[in-house]
Amino acid sequence: MSSTSDNALKTESTRLLKDKVAKYGVTAGGIMVLCALLLIFFYLLYIVKPVFNAAEIESVTNIDELTQIYASVAVEEQNEIAFALTEKGLVDFYALTGNKAGQLILSEKIPAVSEITAFDASAPQKGLYGYINQQSELLIIKPDFRVTFPDDKRQLLPYISYPFGESTISLEADSLFTINKFSFATNEESIGLIHQHSDSKIYFTKLEGEENMFSEEIEWTANSTELTQISGNILHTLVSPDLSRAFIITTNQLYVFNTRDSSDVSLLYNVNLIANLNSNIQVTAANLLAGANSVIVGFSNGVLEQWFETNSDQGRDFVKVRQFELSGDAKGSSVQAIYPEFYRRTFLAATESGHINLFHTTSEAELWQGKLADGKIDSLAFSPRSNAVISIANNTLNISKVENEHPEVTWSGLWQEVWYEGYPEADYVWQSSSASDDFESKFSLVPISFGTLKAAMYAMLFAVPIGLSAAIYTAYFMAPNVRKFVKPTVEIMEALPTVILGFLAGLWLAPVIEDHLPGVVLLLILLPITIILTAFAWHNLPAKIKNTVPQGWDSIILLPVVVIVSYMAFSLSPLVEEWLFDGNTRLYITNELGINFDQRNSLIVGIAMGFAVIPTIFSIAEDAVFSVPKTLSNGSLALGATQWQTLVKVVLLTASPGIFSAVMMGLGRAVGETMIVLMATGNTPIMDWSIFEGMRTLSANIAVEMPESEVGSSHYRILFLAAFVLFIFTFVVNTIAEFVRQRLREKYSSL
Amino acid sequence: MKLWFKSGSPWVWMTAGAVSVSLISVIGLLLLIASRGLTYFWPADIHQFEITTQAGVSKTIIGEIYEKEQVPTQQLVESGVLFKETQGETVERLLIKTGNREYVDLDFQWLLTTYIQQESTPTGLAVFERSKNGNFYGYLDSIIQDGKVVTENKNQLLAELIERAVELNDKALDLQNGEIGAINYEFERLRLKQRKHELEGDLTEQVKLEIEAQRDALQAEYLTYEKELFEYRNLAKRDSVIIKDMRGELVTIQLNYILDVIFPNDMSTIEKLGQFGKQIGKFIVNDPREANTEGGVFPAIFGTVFMVMLMAVIVTPFGVIAAVYLHEYAGNSAITKIIRISVINLAGVPSIVYGVFGLGFFVYMFGGSIDQLFYPEALPGPTFGTPGMLWSALTLAILTLPVVIVSTEEGLSRIPGSLRQGSLALGATKAETLWRIVIPMASPAIMTGLILAVARAAGEVAPLMLVGVVKMAPTLPLDGNFPFVHLDRKFMHLGFHIYDVGFQSPNVEAARPLVYATSFLLVTVIVALNITAIGIRNHLREKYKALDH
Repeated sequence: MSSTSDNALKTESTRLLKDKVAKYGVTAGGIMVLCALLLIFFYLLYIVKPVFNAAEIESVTNIDELTQIYASVAVEEQNEIAFALTEKGLVDFYALTGNKAGQLILSEKIPAVSEITAFDASAPQKGLYGYINQQSELLIIKPDFRVTFPDDKRQLLPYISYPFGESTISLEADSLFTINKFSFATNEESIGLIHQHSDSKIYFTKLEGEENMFSEEIEWTANSTELTQISGNILHTLVSPDLSRAFIITTNQLYVFNTRDSSDVSLLYNVNLIANLNSNIQVTAANLLAGANSVIVGFSNGVLEQWFETNSDQGRDFVKVRQFELSGDAKGSSVQAIYPEFYRRTFLAATESGHINLFHTTSEAELWQGKLADGKIDSLAFSPRSNAVISIANNTLNISKVENEHPEVTWSGLWQEVWYEGYPEADYVWQSSSASDDFESKFSLVPISFGTLKAAMYAMLFAVPIGLSAAIYTAYFMAPNVRKFVKPTVEIMEALPTVILGFLAGLWLAPVIEDHLPGVVLLLILLPITIILTAFAWHNLPAKIKNTVPQGWDSIILLPVVVIVSYMAFSLSPLVEEWLFDGNTRLYITNELGINFDQRNSLIVGIAMGFAVIPTIFSIAEDAVFSVPKTLSNGSLALGATQWQTLVKVVLLTASPGIFSAVMMGLGRAVGETMIVLMATGNTPIMDWSIFEGMRTLSANIAVEMPESEVGSSHYRILFLAAFVLFIFTFVVNTIAEFVRQRLREKYSSL
Repeated sequence: MKLWFKSGSPWVWMTAGAVSVSLISVIGLLLLIASRGLTYFWPADIHQFEITTQAGVSKTIIGEIYEKEQVPTQQLVESGVLFKETQGETVERLLIKTGNREYVDLDFQWLLTTYIQQESTPTGLAVFERSKNGNFYGYLDSIIQDGKVVTENKNQLLAELIERAVELNDKALDLQNGEIGAINYEFERLRLKQRKHELEGDLTEQVKLEIEAQRDALQAEYLTYEKELFEYRNLAKRDSVIIKDMRGELVTIQLNYILDVIFPNDMSTIEKLGQFGKQIGKFIVNDPREANTEGGVFPAIFGTVFMVMLMAVIVTPFGVIAAVYLHEYAGNSAITKIIRISVINLAGVPSIVYGVFGLGFFVYMFGGSIDQLFYPEALPGPTFGTPGMLWSALTLAILTLPVVIVSTEEGLSRIPGSLRQGSLALGATKAETLWRIVIPMASPAIMTGLILAVARAAGEVAPLMLVGVVKMAPTLPLDGNFPFVHLDRKFMHLGFHIYDVGFQSPNVEAARPLVYATSFLLVTVIVALNITAIGIRNHLREKYKALDH
């Protein structure tokens, strides 16, 4: 007996337990939906956030008591070995990691034949160093590294390579005066130099090498031009890496020479860097940015200016684009030196007291400011991956870690006009990648957001009138047996994959519309007119015939009318074309009206995406109108209002929140749609409202570029940001729509 | 008239017109896809045109009429065309598919009807479907069977020989994909096994020898299969056919490149209908050829179906549980309101955002961690840390979650409260009531939700482009190699196939009919699924309406 009751109790308790478990399980499952949404939100945010992180520079190691005075310092790609060069041709390699950390591992003297009189380093990404001896002979070296695997362990071995040969190259200059200052740049087979002699004359020389057929040695020919136009104290000389421009900066002037043709070196621009000559402001430093399009000039009052050459309809010009100012403790003090990064537009400005400021030109941002050392920095360089800086000050070599992953992105840069290198003015540009390493990425979300709104607008222009009218008629006037057939048909329309709509729009509709453009316009005009004419004709038909068709079948009666009118409009199209547009509308638009015409344009997107949006608008609006209580409309009709008056004054007014939410939902769908815009437009990020041009939308942009973007790069994160923007936009729109709808539902439940 | 306008009746008609426009566009669209898609399979007549061009050159063009269009005469005259006789406003222009890709510049030609001297559909014109270079059109001249020229009874002999060659090719292909594929797979597994031992530091000499021995055994097996493969291929190469093409030249084609031959001009309508059915069948069961522009779409169908089924398995429990929570457990609290808004928002978030999320979260974060924990031997090559089947199914599961929730909740709300109360009154717990009474009754609604979710997922392309779809997958996600189901593999998808072939293919003109056919297939599946779902839903509504009263 007791055992059965025990069993009963046991089963009772297990049942209750099961009930509890089910309750909590189901609740957890329900909350999970919320979690999924939050997860998407926070994950997108988590990927996007680092883009806006500030830069960070942090000292890692010091190597003290250097025995030499070094003129230049650099570090190899993995930040494992640093090397420093003296002006007299000694190259020292220091290990930074491993068991030899901090030690000198190799010291080599270069074979310069005689006394070295001048030394210079090339642009950082080339990694070349040049020496000139008393005989005006040039030797170019490159400290390099070899990876070996002794005992299966990776080991870096430093050595010095001579990319232009181990023997010196004569500049064929006047040997009476030695060269005491020079700067150089190289490309595959030529070297360009600006050199100053002890008689203070300055020359541009281009060395061109050619292989001797017999001895297989490279023979160099020099082509020199004296640059006579310079006045004032020369502070800095620079040669662009493609050898096409030479820059000479004096304490108040900037000279730009065209050196593309070494036999015809000419002065292109001569700009005054100091507006007010009476002020005692002076130019104190200058350097080329990565990519070598911009010159950064530093002044004694702590101001830095970016200058570059622009190319516009009015011709070429060399202009000041933007300026920066040292901040913090360094505010107002003189800029001592400017150090560019390898590939990006970040540069570092140092003062006499060892303060440094980190800037990025494209984003116009000051990224970091602080101090690496007390006192003047003798030499500094970024590591090739821009994740460290190495500097020498006070006989101490310092390595600092740099965290500066995304300097080119700022919130304002994404949404405001930015003046990019080579552009005649500030503009909104989206151009995320190119083949070259030192490309200035142009991340402006404005053109693609604009494209999104443009596409959505044209789609809504098409979808809202049709969707809403159809919904109103279906819900209010249509006979129930017709409605039973119409609603599922429109629902099927919603289910059609957008890839098919896009494919038809791009490959079928676009050529058809291009060929029948006048037909489309004709259709837009004829269709409403014929509908009204048909209605009038029907109105005047004898009642006998009218009564054969039940009420609410109007749209079925109109079906053949619409088909015939469309057919007519399209077959009349060639005639109209002949008559009004010289037989070719497309040519007429481009030549006579001067409007660009893309085959896949906004009109196509408007129609195709409108088609995708109509069912969304239709079904929500139809629900809203249909659920207006019949008592309201019956009351109105009883008071003598016509059907139409009742609809406009009573039904639509009551259903307006629902209609609003239908339009919002439709907008949300149009904004996020990907495949249709991807296939039915040319995907060019232009900003133009023209109906005959295409666009690139946020969503299509993600679909096109995401598979190719490098994980973790600024580009990748900005694409996530684009997704985040879409997410937030649709979130806001949908939440408002849903709120309005719920309010409406509550209102009806009380009616 | 004025009175009539004032009554608002014209505006009512205008709204009716909007309905007509919507209906016509939906129906027109479906008809367009159906007609274009189905004509792809129809064996069209082969026309022979004797033409004289403007320069006075006479030649013969043989091919299918692909498209007809009217061109304004004015435009043609401006572009330098001269007409002997005066023409009307427009001139008809034909697009001819001439095939024979390796012997002509373009396998599609525009032909003005004014150039045509004579047009006929002669008997004996054959279409050779080839595995390379598209179709070949011409007259069958003779057959070389095993080195001997045969000219008698050639049509029948050709059919037999083609069947033999196709069979041999199929055998070779089966061997290549089956046995040889399995050996290659084993090789890769051995390599990974060795690497794993290496990583774990227990790669002893003995293990090494064992692996080496297995490898040798596989190598020996491989060699025998390889021999067999070459044998099949050689046998298939035995015969060839000589065809007279439209230039009047004799062209020899080896039979192992020919898949089928038909003589459409000699076929009766019944025969054509048979051929039509055969072509549809081939389209469904064959693999694509020639950069997807020819052949069938089987891997895309398989990939779509497999992914959608996997997704359904994932989404159903979660969707149903969430719906049950919302309808049965949650009161009208603030949390419930927020959850409802979340559901609406999940439904409204653009699908590409799901793709981005799936790529970042599932593929790189989740998949990357799985690789590091469970597949370190394959690194740096990713196993799960790359777009694939599993991640696609998961991403689409989140995407379609709201569909299942909304539909299930609607089903739950239609079940009369009296049934629940009855069950509770008899002493059942809430869980039991749910499990035994409510859920079984709501199962058609759940089914509806699932069908709608499947239909949505089958047509969704944008997120899949990021999380797992490729234009050409060498292997299916399901095969005979352990562990049989390969969720890490990339797959092909009908929707993506349409995008890829229609927009990324090198020969869009040739590929277009195939895209229409694929679209037709996809639309048919999706419309059928939707109609089923709508049918179930309507049936359900009627049923519970009856219960309520």
